[in-house]
Amino acid sequence: MNGEPILEIKDLRVVYQTDLETVEALNGIDLKISKGKTLGLVGETGAGKTTAALSIMRLLPEKTGKILSGEIYFAGQQLTQLSQLEMRKVRGDQIAMVFQDPMTSLNPVMTVGEQIAEAIHLHNPDLSKEDTEKRVETALSMVGILPSRKNEYPHQFSGGMKQRVVIAMAVVCEPGLLIADEPTTALDVTIQAQVLMMIRELRDRLGTSMLMITHDLGIVAKICDEVAVMYAGEIIESGTVFDIFTNTRRHPYTQGLFDSIPSLSSRSARLQPIQGLMPDPSNLPKGCYFAPRCKHCMEICVAEHPRRVTEGTHTLLCHLYRETAVVQKSGGEV
Amino acid sequence: MIYLMKNTVQPQVSQTPEKIVFKKQSQAKEVWRMYKKNKGAMIGLVLFSFILVMLAGADFIVPYSAATKGVFSQINQPPSAEHIFGTDSYGRDVFARVLYGGRTSLLIALLATMSSCLIGSTLGAISGYFGGRVDSIIMRSLDIFMSIPDILFTMAVVFALGANFQNLLIALTLAYFTNYVRLVRSQVLTLSEQDYVEAAKAGGAGSTRIILSHILPNAMGVIIVNTTLNVAKIILYESTLSFLGLGMPPPTPEWGLMLAEAREFMRAAPHLLFFPTLAIVVSASSINLIGDGLRDALDPQLKS
Repeated sequence: MNGEPILEIKDLRVVYQTDLETVEALNGIDLKISKGKTLGLVGETGAGKTTAALSIMRLLPEKTGKILSGEIYFAGQQLTQLSQLEMRKVRGDQIAMVFQDPMTSLNPVMTVGEQIAEAIHLHNPDLSKEDTEKRVETALSMVGILPSRKNEYPHQFSGGMKQRVVIAMAVVCEPGLLIADEPTTALDVTIQAQVLMMIRELRDRLGTSMLMITHDLGIVAKICDEVAVMYAGEIIESGTVFDIFTNTRRHPYTQGLFDSIPSLSSRSARLQPIQGLMPDPSNLPKGCYFAPRCKHCMEICVAEHPRRVTEGTHTLLCHLYRETAVVQKSGGEV
Repeated sequence: MIYLMKNTVQPQVSQTPEKIVFKKQSQAKEVWRMYKKNKGAMIGLVLFSFILVMLAGADFIVPYSAATKGVFSQINQPPSAEHIFGTDSYGRDVFARVLYGGRTSLLIALLATMSSCLIGSTLGAISGYFGGRVDSIIMRSLDIFMSIPDILFTMAVVFALGANFQNLLIALTLAYFTNYVRLVRSQVLTLSEQDYVEAAKAGGAGSTRIILSHILPNAMGVIIVNTTLNVAKIILYESTLSFLGLGMPPPTPEWGLMLAEAREFMRAAPHLLFFPTLAIVVSASSINLIGDGLRDALDPQLKS
């Protein structure tokens, strides 16, 4: 984790509150993205990945979503303390977001050119019409679409093309941070690969930092520098890609994720999925949230919430590793 | 996944923009091009323009006095060369009354539709988009409005303010804007859940911009169709008011008033009923046809 951080989240807690129940969506997450680096946020559905992204953008559903505590620092600003008006200047200009489903994230009655131009216009109201058009064309050619197609409507584009347009909208203001919320989930595999390569190339060209939300470890391996694994609104393991992919000391949940990837090189009868379901976020267990599904569950896991264990760049939240880490540390001192 | 990525084609990110002459067409031109293709809509437009020209040029065709001053020797005459639509129970020329009556009727109907559409859509959009307390206040006040029957409400307004052009406009607007509030609110409620609205927010757009450029254009089809239907409804509603003696004061020619007067002589002089009805039907259906055409022309999915 070198370089100064562009985004730093400290102990962020977010709940969704309705009259009936309180859903604990984020339970004190810490994240850090260094300038120009890409962090992969991994986890199964409902782990709170999108909630984390929406909290950064301050776009949580107004009526129910609440940030209870925590700080989000972005380029020196504390985002949770900005007014909505100040936040609007940050959104799209400094932090941009690519949404999951390109089919629905474009307005059907506006041409793609107009939609890209809108982002430019919002943040550079003084820019002349010709200059705006020029930037629209550059943005389109950057994502591999002929600029001449700017006067066409979204329904005239294929799914992969639409996602490129959405990405063009996001990068047109050259944001410092790009949040990609499962940008390829709605696309088929070959298009997925193309779009990912394009995102990677754009990121490198523009020097943008990126938060890549995904549940695909393949994408993480290909694109990210650092990884954070989320489970039930917590970051249970984080580190560099090497920490997560090559280290044998993994959180049982991360191990489970790896075990559920089919291998192309070796023959195995069945996949080994993680048994059970994620706990109900409105009624989380007292101890480790993963304990009910964990193969290595001990008595302490049910009784007590684990504390964070850090080894260099690698952080774990698991009782399994607490003792060994302490032993190693004291061993090192002797 | 990892395996596949190695084998796929690299996207052409660093493509040089090709020099292509953009077919720059303004929005209005584009809409007109689409509109022209629709036969029904063109018929509607031709008919409606014809009606408008006739109404505007009425002074050159028959004098206004023919519509207000009767000749008692010529009561309830059937259509003839002299009076092509015949004469009414006061001996007035029906053709002249249809023409001058159209001015009042259509003007009131169009203005009342426009103002109820503007007021109603604005309230509906605000209510649907902001929700919560704002929504409650607007919708509950509307409930109070709607709990009084339209006809009673308009009667009350006209009685209180007096029957003239301006007050009729106010009464009709008040009677019809509630439709729009509910219609636009329901549209906004569904549309503001769309991902592109979320995407626009993520791009830094404010509420006004989102409502005006992302939500309302997508609700346009429904609003336009409702509006064109409303013009016809309001013309008929005017006639109801006239029938009750709350419309434009006689002898001002007005289609509804003509219908009300003709009812008595339905058997003896059916032409008295026929011509104003024809005028209402033709103008209402031509407006409907125009509305249909506009809705289709504004929908980019149908553009080729």
